[in-house]
Amino acid sequence: MREAILALLAKEPAHGYELRQQLAVAMGSVGDLLNPGQVYVTLSRLEGAGLVRGVQVEQAAAPDKKVYEVTPEGRDRVAAWFADAGWPKVAPIEFHLKLVAAAATGLADPVAIIDAQRRELIRRLRDLQALTDTPPADEGQLLLAGAALRLAADIEWLAACETFWTRSVH
Amino acid sequence: MRTIIEAVRLCRNFPGPVRAVDEVDLVVAEGERVAIMGPSGCGKSTLLHLLGGLERPTAGEIRLCGERVDGLSEAAWARLRRRRVGFVFQAFHLVDELTAIENVELPALLLGVSATAARRRAFALLERLDVADRSRHLPARMSGGEQQRVALARALINDPAIVLADEPTGNLDSRNTAEILRLFASVSGDGHALVLATHDPRVAAAADRLVGMRDGRIVDDTRLDTGASRRDVVGQLLGWEA
Repeated sequence: MREAILALLAKEPAHGYELRQQLAVAMGSVGDLLNPGQVYVTLSRLEGAGLVRGVQVEQAAAPDKKVYEVTPEGRDRVAAWFADAGWPKVAPIEFHLKLVAAAATGLADPVAIIDAQRRELIRRLRDLQALTDTPPADEGQLLLAGAALRLAADIEWLAACETFWTRSVH
Repeated sequence: MRTIIEAVRLCRNFPGPVRAVDEVDLVVAEGERVAIMGPSGCGKSTLLHLLGGLERPTAGEIRLCGERVDGLSEAAWARLRRRRVGFVFQAFHLVDELTAIENVELPALLLGVSATAARRRAFALLERLDVADRSRHLPARMSGGEQQRVALARALINDPAIVLADEPTGNLDSRNTAEILRLFASVSGDGHALVLATHDPRVAAAADRLVGMRDGRIVDDTRLDTGASRRDVVGQLLGWEA
């Protein structure tokens, strides 16, 4: 969320409440579920890192408010973020290590672990599919569709794990 | 909930040491949607064929709507199937020489329904499954998604107690898969029990219950509903604890 907030501030300065509103609108049908506290926590971290600057603005009829604007460093960070093609977590390494460790130690049955994991992931996929329209109708739906596609791919990989570990262990 | 189908210690042996279906117990209730998953050759297709009388069990019992059916003759099964069981296959299996609507109404005509009533019901189903505009087309002139919708209409024409679907989306792209899933969900609201054999996670996730098979045996049988709210589900995605 850090960089998205920075980007919004790089367009124009805003106070915390305005940013919350802008983010919620940009996120479409899941915008109402953004954690409001997270925006304020992120803002204070960005300020601490020198990427935004907060300015107190006096208001006659209401309590003072703090308006945030982006610093030159913050602007550079936004540009770098948009240019970055990094992609987090391609390999399901934790789960893979769990299976490898189960097989190597004999402390657990990899195939039983796979069965339990499939149950869990299909349950999650079911929850997601129940919320998702095809094709996605707005930004929020698009996020849910992405999550559903990744889950489906993970579940297909579990089938490959099942075939492999059934052969190797039993 | 009324039990639609019940299998008790169901077995199907092929020549050789392997049992395609090995002592399977399975009870499916009215309106229930069950997905059977497992590796190729785990016996899920054979189990569906046994439940629908396309193959005979080597041992065990099957009750369909309370009636013992495992010992029925081929002809008796054919009659029963027309009334109580709808089949949907991966390869659609429509009759090439018949138009969409003729394919759909055929099982009704075989059951003795009048031509007018069969046509009316067939058209209503095609409308409901969004393929009414293809009703006079031959299967060869329809896309895979359209053919599968026609096949689903055919499976439903006699208002069966149970629909058995073997990899129903195996030949479909993801858009048509989503559409078929939506239609399966909508028709299961009518109270038909639905049993799907699939390797597609999206299809399995459309069910209420997941049955895992391996080496002809059921190794897992779980309900899939979590009761999670939209807030729980989306909150987890957005990276905060619900």
